[in-house]
Amino acid sequence: MAETTSTAPTTTDLVRGTLEGRRVNPVNTLVSGLLLIALLSSLLVLAVLLADVFGKGWGLLTERGADFLTTPLSPNAVDAGIFQGVMGSIALTAIVIVVAFPLGVAAAVYLEEYAPTNRLTQFITTNIRNLAGVPSIVYGLLGFSVFVNLFSGATGGRTVITGGLTLALLVLPIMIITTSEALRAVPTALREASMGVGATRWETIRHHVLPVALPAILTGSVLTVARAFGETAPLLLSGAVLSLYFAVPPEAGFVSLMTEQSYTALPMIIYNWARQPQEEFVALTSAAIIVLLAMLLIVNAAAIVARDHFERKST
Amino acid sequence: MTQEPVTEEHRTVNADPTPSATDAAADKLRDVVADRETEGPTGNSTIFGLRGLTVYYADFRAVKEVTADIRENEITALIGPSGCGKSTVLRCFNRMNDLIETARVDGSLTYHGVDLYGKNVDPVEVRRRIGMVFQKPNPFPKSIYENVVYGPKIGGMKGNLDDIVEESLRKAVLWDEVKDKLDESGLALSGGQQQRLCIARAIATSPDVLLMDEPCSSLDPIATLRIEELMLELKQDYTIVIVTHNMQQAARVSDRTAFFTVDVSDDGQRTGKLVEFDVTNRLFTSPSKTETEDYITGRFG
Ligand SMILES: Nc1ncnc2c1ncn2[C@@H]1O[C@H](COP(=O)(O)OP(=O)(O)O)[C@@H](O)[C@H]1O
Ligand SMILES: [Mg+2]
Repeated sequence: MAETTSTAPTTTDLVRGTLEGRRVNPVNTLVSGLLLIALLSSLLVLAVLLADVFGKGWGLLTERGADFLTTPLSPNAVDAGIFQGVMGSIALTAIVIVVAFPLGVAAAVYLEEYAPTNRLTQFITTNIRNLAGVPSIVYGLLGFSVFVNLFSGATGGRTVITGGLTLALLVLPIMIITTSEALRAVPTALREASMGVGATRWETIRHHVLPVALPAILTGSVLTVARAFGETAPLLLSGAVLSLYFAVPPEAGFVSLMTEQSYTALPMIIYNWARQPQEEFVALTSAAIIVLLAMLLIVNAAAIVARDHFERKST
Repeated sequence: MTQEPVTEEHRTVNADPTPSATDAAADKLRDVVADRETEGPTGNSTIFGLRGLTVYYADFRAVKEVTADIRENEITALIGPSGCGKSTVLRCFNRMNDLIETARVDGSLTYHGVDLYGKNVDPVEVRRRIGMVFQKPNPFPKSIYENVVYGPKIGGMKGNLDDIVEESLRKAVLWDEVKDKLDESGLALSGGQQQRLCIARAIATSPDVLLMDEPCSSLDPIATLRIEELMLELKQDYTIVIVTHNMQQAARVSDRTAFFTVDVSDDGQRTGKLVEFDVTNRLFTSPSKTETEDYITGRFG
């Protein structure tokens, strides 16, 4: 203390004085505090939901084990399983991936890499964004009128194929937007490098642009597919069965599960069970939700593995 | 071939200095030109013929009425202030402007007498013969080997690809530095090495011409020096057209220099134009236009 008052301040002291501001900046602290609260409250809601679901359903899941997945639906809570729901959800997801992914990527590649920028393409781009915002129930109506009525010959009517195609339509705009954004993020310099050594446009896209964009495309696609996975409304309208009985027994095999006009999916089962008055269905509902979440996690994990694989390949 | 233009012109200028000869900047450039050990310009035949070449980006006329002859196995430098259309002109030579949707070319540009913008010309074929090195090194995010081999592979080149890779990397003076790590990413190299990798990639397709757009602008002086030496080396086999910001560099390496500037019309339209195109040492020692002289003496702007 005595020293600092006796000697004149050195340059270091002066500079330190200008560089070291107030330790506590109130605005800064307030803002970061508010942001933290926002984050924590959303995490808290999630945690409460999860705790509730696991609290109600975990017991039943551990007690029934894999049987819960392989037992067919039943109106009696004691022996009700989710077999048809799991199969239906897997089939729906597979159809969405097989249809919407290639179609969405191809459409985006055309829009971003080939189509000239003019009024028409701008109009199309704008409307793809609009379509992405259309409520899913509208897609259900569309699926009903197109796939159930118009093309019933090809889809077989109210089959899982109709449901899958309806969900594919639902996610297609988002798939196109995600892919477009991923393609736009690929630097022009890479395209120039490739075209500069005499690659054609398609070679440039296939060898350089798509590999670089793929991780981002995959990440976006997973979120999109995950959305389709949880949808109920479009399935309700396009023919999924909402019943405690089920027309097609699991013994009938995969093909009839796909082609019979009677399919269901996990979200449908959850929706239905949640409305049952009996106490036992509460545990069943929660157990089905846990299975749905687990399946979502698996899809996500698969996409992360795929993304890392391609990321490593392209750097 | 002939040493005479360099020495003679240098002497003439010193004996009878124009007013600007007193400018230090101009003196320095003259020294650079005079100290060059390379041959002066040649009597080589024309490879690119530009006649009234005008380029538009949508409605904006970026550069107008460029008429010049670029000769084989020479280094031609395009210099001038930023925005005068050097890159725009350079990117016409291999139809790179085709990638920009709004770009449109008027006038004529021939390559060995063939109209490059002719109806039946395939730009992909053009780019195989006329390679390009960009301002910012842009290796593919792939291995060094794949970077070099890509052009020959898609071009269906005959011959052992390994040999092509080695030969190209040797020509680009990069072989010794990378021969033990050909399967490592091209992006892991230093900036100067990346640019030499891009040069190796460009020469791997055995082009006729190398176009270089400010290839040293993101490199340090040592890397720049290496690229300059490399250009002089490559001149034996290739025609090189280089855009450079650096007048010293143009003076050091080029045989001929084209000086561009920006014309501002009464209504404020800025259009690039070719002011003077001459043998490099003549352009730097006794420019015929005052605009050129002002620019090389640093009086510009
Ligand atoms: N893709 C483009 N679209 C529109 N204008 C452009 C484009 N590229 C360049 N220009 C314009 O053309 C003029 C010449 O540019 P450029 O050839 O890059 O000049 P330089 O290479 O001499 O700096 C500038 O006014 C620039 O803004
Ligand atoms: Mg430029």
